[in-house]
Order: sequence, then structure tokens, then C-alpha cells
Amino acid sequence: MIPLSYYLVLGGILFACGVAGFLIKRNIITIFMSIELMLNGVNLSFVAFAAHWHALSGQVFVFFVMVVAAAEAAVGLAIIIAVYRTRETLNVDQVNLLKL
Amino acid sequence: MTPNPLHLWLIPVLPLIGAAINGLFGKRFSRRAVAAVALSFCGAAFVMALWVVSRFSSLSLPHTETLATWLRAGSFQADFAFYLDQLSLVMLLVVTGVGFLIHIYSVGYMWEEGGFYRFFSYLNLFMFFMLTLVLANNYLLMFIGWEGVGLASYLLIGFWFTKDSAASAGKKAFIVNRIGDFGFLIGLFLLIKHFGSLNFEQVFQVAAQQPVETAGVGLLTTIGLLLMVGAAGKSAQIPLYVWLPDAMEGPTPVSALIHAATMVTAGVYMVARSHVIFEHAPTAMMVVAIVGTLTALFSATIGMAQTDIKKVLAYSTVSQLGYMFMACGVGAFSMGIFHLMTHAFFKGLLFLAAGSVIHAVGGEQDMRKMGGLRTRIPWTFWTMTAATFAIAGFPPLAGFYSKDAILFRAFVSPQGSWVYWAIGVFSALLTSFYMFRQWFLTFFGEYRGEPNHAQDEHSSHHSGHGGIHESPKVMLIPLVILAVLSVIGGWVGAERFNAFLSPGFHGHAITKLVAPGPEEAARMAVENRAIEHLELGLTFVAVAAAASGFFLAWLLYYRRPQLPQEIARALGRFYQAVANKYYVDELYAVLFVEPLVEGSKNILWRGMDQKVIDGALDGSAQGAREVSDSVRRMQSGNLRSYAGWVAVGAAAVIAYMIWMGAR
Repeated sequence: MIPLSYYLVLGGILFACGVAGFLIKRNIITIFMSIELMLNGVNLSFVAFAAHWHALSGQVFVFFVMVVAAAEAAVGLAIIIAVYRTRETLNVDQVNLLKL
Repeated sequence: MTPNPLHLWLIPVLPLIGAAINGLFGKRFSRRAVAAVALSFCGAAFVMALWVVSRFSSLSLPHTETLATWLRAGSFQADFAFYLDQLSLVMLLVVTGVGFLIHIYSVGYMWEEGGFYRFFSYLNLFMFFMLTLVLANNYLLMFIGWEGVGLASYLLIGFWFTKDSAASAGKKAFIVNRIGDFGFLIGLFLLIKHFGSLNFEQVFQVAAQQPVETAGVGLLTTIGLLLMVGAAGKSAQIPLYVWLPDAMEGPTPVSALIHAATMVTAGVYMVARSHVIFEHAPTAMMVVAIVGTLTALFSATIGMAQTDIKKVLAYSTVSQLGYMFMACGVGAFSMGIFHLMTHAFFKGLLFLAAGSVIHAVGGEQDMRKMGGLRTRIPWTFWTMTAATFAIAGFPPLAGFYSKDAILFRAFVSPQGSWVYWAIGVFSALLTSFYMFRQWFLTFFGEYRGEPNHAQDEHSSHHSGHGGIHESPKVMLIPLVILAVLSVIGGWVGAERFNAFLSPGFHGHAITKLVAPGPEEAARMAVENRAIEHLELGLTFVAVAAAASGFFLAWLLYYRRPQLPQEIARALGRFYQAVANKYYVDELYAVLFVEPLVEGSKNILWRGMDQKVIDGALDGSAQGAREVSDSVRRMQSGNLRSYAGWVAVGAAAVIAYMIWMGAR
């Protein structure tokens, strides 16, 4: 049996990769993918805990997260398309109209 | 409530209705309508007062009528209640009677003035407050009237508010009165604290049971002294008299009504009303007597060197009020009220006649520019003559009886002393002198004014239509009535007046009279005869003083008109000091006004207001701006830097939780 900590470390690594990608990348779509990576890192720890404690609620949570992520992806992609249509770029540094 | 109420509340409320009508709608009324409203409501109050007199003998005194409960806090209660006894009846008649005559006179005097309706509205308002003061059955309601007459006085002194001197005279009167009211109020607080009531009857009942405070300053002495501070403010006694001469900036009927006949006597009334307190506090009585005597002398000397016809009368008023306080201070309260009444007649008349003179010469108030008016305005001359002889104390005019009674009491009363008497007689001489000086300067000799006075700058206030002219009938009738009163007003006699008032004064007094034994009675008979001789002698001295005042004035201002200037030059500095009112105003300016103004300017305005209050406000605004300036940089608009902050924050939270968990 693989110990719990392995899953958690993997989840942490996935999350950290997501954060790093989010901070480094300029392309909106890549940033979006980084968010999904973070969510999946969390999902992994949920599932690992659920298996470890023999509790189903962790797995239920994962389904919720997936549903929300799907909805978010739908809305997010729509926004990205709208942004691209008006600004003709996907570089977040150039989407700064609200800056002081 | 008595079965047959007198509806005393109507007496003050009637003038209030008149004031409200004229004040609210008077602007649209014609002058005739304004005068009709003002006169009818004031006259109605007078008629009511007369009706009260007709019912007076059938009343059980003191008669109290409660209109409504005003305040109730625990055991303390103050009502809208009215109190009628001999003292308030006399005041009621003086206020409504003289007030009504002056209302009539004002119609003629103010006819040409702007703000006619405003004037009468204020005048009626004054009547309301004065009658409230006189009829109140507790100190609190009295205080309402007290403050209200102060307000009316302020409004009327500053009636010509576009004139700078009038506006500041009004303010001066108001502020100086505040000092007095401060003392009055603290006195009232002490009464509430120790007696739990401000109701006259309850307070006096408790006070009458207190021992007489012969030594030291006890509670009653403190209260008495504080009440005297209030009275000194309202009745223009040393050291608070300075506002009254300046109050002459108001129209002359106002000077007659408020600053001679009625309002300024409120202090005397209040002291007389509180006689129980004063009788139990000999020290306070002595202070009252000394203040009164000194004021009588002090302002009489100032009056000798004034050249403004109204200023002479103003200082004379201060001096006569001093006599009233002298009377109260030696325990002769009813004599003080007697003099108050006769003074209301002759001083009201003097002011009205002076107003008539001013009217005649087109607004000139400087007596040096008058003269020889005797034949030009005979009615004014004869009425003023009656008043002048009355105030100087010539028998058998009103002033003789009251002043003589005061001086006699000051001499023989247990609290009195020959010192009071001597100063009083000397002041009477001065009174006689400055009054006849005024009389000679105004009516005798040659006319010294400019012939073409109609172009005088003051004439905008008065009808300057060509030449010196007698006033209209509406002004002369009050003059004649007051002149008659000034002549016969004293004939009631001090003894009878005293007997009339004494139930009011001695109902509460210390009853230590034991029926005299035969020896005692014989001794008293001898004493009585001795006192009668003494009284005759003192009267003779007083009349001699009045006569010598007349003679001096005749010599200096009629026979040898160049002499006064020589005397003034010979006296030099002293004359200058007197002519400049002993520099009291200047002294007060240096001692109180300037430190206050400077302190307000430098500490309160520039220090407190500008530095602390404004500084705190500006500082907090400045601080908010600086903080936000530095924090603003976080709001870069860079999406990734926001995410970075979120990540750092999350990392910090996690690190904290791990660290806490590790402990």
C-alpha cells in the first residue's frame, strides 16, 4: 500500500506547478490551464484522504470541484474569446484597462 | 383654584398676542392698524389690572392661580402659576399703567420711523415678559420673564441696528446682564439644592424657619449675595451698571419704559420679593445697602458732567435705583417699592419729555446746543418742570415723599447708619444739581443750536420738518398724565404705603413682637416723639440739600453761564475723570474685555479652533491621503502580481498554521 504522504506530496507538487504557471505565464489560456492543474492537485489530496479515512465525503467533494471547474471552464473560455475579439491579444499584461 | 378665578394669566398673555399679530402680519398693516393692535392689547392688560384692583379687597392674599404644571422632576415642581399680593399688585399697576402711557406716546414719537410694526411688536413682547416676571409664583417662571425682558431690551436698544453704536450697545447690555444672570442662576440652584423648591411660598416658609445668620457667610447669605449679583446686573448697580448709559442708543420711549420705569426696577422687585432670605442674612443686606448707596453717589457725580440729555437721565436712573437698593438694604423694602413707583412716574416722564425736546430740535441730544426752549415748547417745558422738581425732592411732589422716606429709614433703621443717610443726602444734592443743570441748559438762556438744524445728520431719525415745534397731542397727553402723577403720586404717603404693603412683607417675617408692657409702652411713646422730631429735622436737611442743588445750578447755568467752564478748568484732571465717567468703561476694557478678546483670539480661535480642531481634521485627512498614496502601489493592475500576493498570503497563512501546529 502506498503511504498517504506520497499522494499528498504529489498533490502539493501539482498545486505548486499550477501556481508557478499562473504567475509566470502571460497567455490567458495557459493561466487557465494552470488553474485546472491547481484544482486537480487539490482533488488528488481529497481522494487520497477519502481512501485513507474510508470516508466518502472526500470523493463527493471531488465531484463538486469537477462540476464547478467545468462550469468555470465554459464561462472562462467564453470570456477569453470575448477578450480576444476586442483586444486581439491573449497577453494579460496588455489587458490592464482598470489599472490606475 | 379659587371659585372665582381672576384669570391672571390673561394679563401677560394679552400683550403677547399683540406682539404676535404685529410681529407676524404687521408688515402688511398700515401704521394706524399696527398702533391700534399694540395699544388695544396693552390697554386691555391695563384694564385687566384695574379690574384686579377692584376685586382686590375681596381676595384672600396671597392669591395664587395655577394655569398648568410646567416641570416635575422628583419632588421638584415648577408651575405656570401666578401670584398676586400687595407687592405684585403695585408692580402690576406701574408696569401696565406707565407701559400703556408710553405705548401711546410711542405712536407719535415713532410715526415717521421705519420698522414701526417691529417696534410695537417688541414693545408688546416686553410687556408680556415684564408681566410674567411680576406675576410669577416661582423663581423659575420669574427667571423666564427676567431673561425675556433682557431679550426685549436687547432688541429695542439695537432697534436702529444699522447704526454700529446701537448694535454694540445692545450687545453690551445683553452681555453685562449675562454676568448678573450667572449669579442669579447659581442662587436658584442653591435654592433647589437646599430647599428643594423654587416656589416663593415654600422657599420663604423654609427660609423663615432658619436662624438669622448674624456671623459669617451661611447658606442664606450666599443665596442673598448671588441674588444681589443678578439684581445688580438687571438694575444697573455697581459694578455692572455700565450697560445702562449705553442703552440710551435705543429710541427714547424705550429708554423711558425699559431703562427707567420698569425693567431696570426688576432687580429691586426681586430683592423685595426675596425679603425673607435677606432678612435672615444681615451680611447680604449690608452689601445691598452699601452697593446701593455707593451707586447712588457714584453715578450722581458722573451725571453732573454729562452733556447728552439722555445720558444725564441714564446716570440719574442708575443713581435713583441705588436709592431703592439702599432702602432694601436697610430693611425698608416697602420704601424701596414706593420710590420705585414714584420714580417710574417722574423718570418715565423725564425721558418722554426729553424725547419731546429731541423731537422738537430735530434729533439733537447735546444740551449745549439747546437752550431757550421754554417758550417754544411750553407743554414739554411745564411737564418736565414737574418731573425735575419731583426727582430733586421738592415737597409736595412725588419724589420728595419717597426719597425722604428712604433717607429717614436709612438713618433710623436698625440695619441703617448715619453714613448711608449722609451719602444719600449728598447724592440728593447732586441729583438736584444735575437735574436743574439740565433744566436750565435746555429751557433757559439763548438757543445755541444751529438755526438750520433740519439738515442735521440725526434728523433722519426724527421729523425735522422746519423749526422748533411742539410735539403732537398723542405725545403730550401721556406727558400731562405722568406729570399729574409725578405731582400727586407721593400723596398717598410713605406710612400708608408701608401699611398697605406690610402684610406682604411681614407675613413671613420673624415674629418676635411681644405685647409691650406699660413701661415699655411709655418708653416707646417717648421714642416715637423723639423720632418725629428727628424725622422733621432730617426732612429739613433733605429739602435744604435739594434747594441748594437748585441754587447751585441756577448760579452756574443761569446767572453766570461762563462759570462752569472756569470751574472745570480749575478742577482739571478731576473734571476730566468725571466727564469721562471715571474711565470705568476703559478700566473694564483693559481688565476684562481685552483679555477676553485676546484670549479668545489667540487661545480659543488660533490655538484651539485652528490648531487643535481644524488641525485634527486636516491631519486625519492628510494622514489618510499619505497612507493611501503608499498603499496605492499594490493596485498595479498586473493580474499576475495580484495572484502573486494571493499566493504569498496563502503561503503565509499556511506557514503560520504549521508553526502553530508545531508548537
